[in-house]
Amino acid sequence: MTSTAPAPAASDSTSTAPLLEVTDVTKYFPGKTSGLLGRRGNPVKAVDGVSFTVHEGETLGLVGESGCGKSTTGRAVSKLIEPTSGTIKFGGRDISGLSQHQMRPLRREMQMIFQDPYSSLNPRHTIGTIVGTPYHIQGVRPEGGVKRAVQGVMERVGLNPEHYNRYPHEFSGGQRQRIGIARALALRPKLIVCDEPVSALDVSVQAQVVNLLEDLQNEFGLAYVFIAHDLSVVRHISDRVAVMYLGKIMEITDRDSLYEYPMHPYTHALLSAVPIPDPKIEARREKILLTGDLPSPSNPPSGCVFHSRCPKFKNELSDSEREHCRTVEPVLEEKRPGQSVYCHFPQARPDLIAGDPVTESPIRSTRPKAA
Amino acid sequence: MSTATAPVPPRSSVGAPFLSVEDLKVHFPTDDGLVKSVDGLTFSLQPGEILGIVGESGSGKSVTAQAILGLHKGSQAQVSGSIWLNGRDLVAASEDDMRQVRGSEIAMIFQDPLSALHPFYTIGQQIAEAYRVHNKVSAKDARARTVEMLQKVGIPNAAGRYDDYPHQFSGGMRQRAMIAMALICKPRLLIADEPTTALDVTVQAQILELIKELRDELDSAVILITHDLGVVAETCDQVVVMYGGQAVEKGPVDELFALPEMPYTWGLLGSMPRMDRVRETRLTPIPGSPPSLINVPKGCVFNPRCRFSDRVPGRKCFEVHPDLLPSSSPRHEVRCHIPHEERVEILDTEIRPTL
Repeated sequence: MTSTAPAPAASDSTSTAPLLEVTDVTKYFPGKTSGLLGRRGNPVKAVDGVSFTVHEGETLGLVGESGCGKSTTGRAVSKLIEPTSGTIKFGGRDISGLSQHQMRPLRREMQMIFQDPYSSLNPRHTIGTIVGTPYHIQGVRPEGGVKRAVQGVMERVGLNPEHYNRYPHEFSGGQRQRIGIARALALRPKLIVCDEPVSALDVSVQAQVVNLLEDLQNEFGLAYVFIAHDLSVVRHISDRVAVMYLGKIMEITDRDSLYEYPMHPYTHALLSAVPIPDPKIEARREKILLTGDLPSPSNPPSGCVFHSRCPKFKNELSDSEREHCRTVEPVLEEKRPGQSVYCHFPQARPDLIAGDPVTESPIRSTRPKAA
Repeated sequence: MSTATAPVPPRSSVGAPFLSVEDLKVHFPTDDGLVKSVDGLTFSLQPGEILGIVGESGSGKSVTAQAILGLHKGSQAQVSGSIWLNGRDLVAASEDDMRQVRGSEIAMIFQDPLSALHPFYTIGQQIAEAYRVHNKVSAKDARARTVEMLQKVGIPNAAGRYDDYPHQFSGGMRQRAMIAMALICKPRLLIADEPTTALDVTVQAQILELIKELRDELDSAVILITHDLGVVAETCDQVVVMYGGQAVEKGPVDELFALPEMPYTWGLLGSMPRMDRVRETRLTPIPGSPPSLINVPKGCVFNPRCRFSDRVPGRKCFEVHPDLLPSSSPRHEVRCHIPHEERVEILDTEIRPTL
């Protein structure tokens, strides 16, 4: 699988246009009204200038803490909510100005899978109705009738087609997630935006669903935007990964570079925080603990948005360098081939995952003490 | 079906264990039948130790925690066996006695702090109340102690945040407030039920670090319930792997991760994608889904999902319920019919290469 490593550089130069091209998309939510005159406060900048591309058959992972704007990004690019600005091109066509009505035919090619399999399925509808609805809405008449098509999809995702008339409550969490996948898959889309599709599932079931998503991708050439906070799952499923913080992309690159040479201090903190099921490795790994909470997206810090929590800013930089971080906002630019980083002082840290003993040289410990 | 030969709590330098759960059973009668949520669980714990209980949803982890806290008293649940805490049996204790124990000797941190905290009272009031119930102190002293505790769990500007309501706190801060509330009476036993499941990894790392620090400071025993073997590897000293209401494997964390022997533990390890290994093209999930706790499979509970039941002669896996027996070391116990040597061989030849 590692043969796909140089993909991003290569895929940019290939003649095929990306399936999804997102340029500088923002989504601001209006601030709270306050005072007698009903003045609005600062808008909440949930997504603030995000750009990425997704090619056919490719998976882009979108990771970050809750509140970083990854779900809003997913919804904005699939036009479930209207982005404030920026352009979204799908299959070469600019869809950012389209109305919901104009979007409808495109939904056939762009679907979504949601996190919570309990609230994303209508409890009053049978599985047959839920999975069959896309056909009715789009006016698609599959060969052999809707019922047969639905049962075919159900079988493909590992559900028993005889359960066509059952209701969602009769299924377990993992099976419900399969129903959600069947619904997304019904019209053979080109792109599926998966918003935390496995987060609510038990590990053993999670693995079943991840395998299913990969099989479907190979079979139908699907592209995924895979939104998740679990970095191990994202590594498993993604070809490229974007790390988000406070509505911006901190680092975007192919999977292997991100996990082997993470460059942004926030990526470092995220990777070091993922526990690894091996006590020996855990004992020698460095944990980079971030202090404080996520700043408010309506009032982000000046300069680099991450500087208020950046361990590197706090422990390693000189005063003049800090001044630079505080006043000048970095731009997302290529620091290694195919690896774009939003940081003034990026540094590759290959030692974070397995706690490679090679780098037990005097790297200053960034472990802060709880106040 | 429980075994009288269930190994006595492991020997230790301190003598009798601080917490000892013996053959605990929690059964719930329902219209559909008897739900055996916990069925013969035995473990023990010393002060200063962190015990991890791992398992999928429905394996009985949380019900065990609730039984230790005596939360099933007065309900339909049938609780049997014994829970010895510091020489006292909590199963036999009355509800009034349990009220004294809860909060002061045993405290609990719940998974979802937003639903565990009362939305109408301020964070400070709720924490101070826990303190005043168990200690005769003035409101002022309670407030001072609460602020001190909030500081200790790392809430910035603790005095200023005392009068905030839960919704004004972020997820990580609410969990910190829950921990402050749990620890304000210096409990000897802290039960954390999925304390970090709802949190981001970065916040999870902070909270786990905090639990370890407070354990060191108060020398409390901690039971950490989780579904994440990574969290266990990072935090715990002992681990119990639960499946279908039973312990299927338990032992010291180092031994269990060095030599996992129960096929279910292999399944759990194999189904997690791991960042520290070469990326696998496919994950190896455990086939099927967790068992119904009403019709528990005959024989070994794991047999419907086990890939190795054909390694045992005859239909033993489907007919005889295996005992939890000591394996490589007396403290590492495994519930499986496959002989120890063969398990080690399967582990080396078939499991490890796929992990």
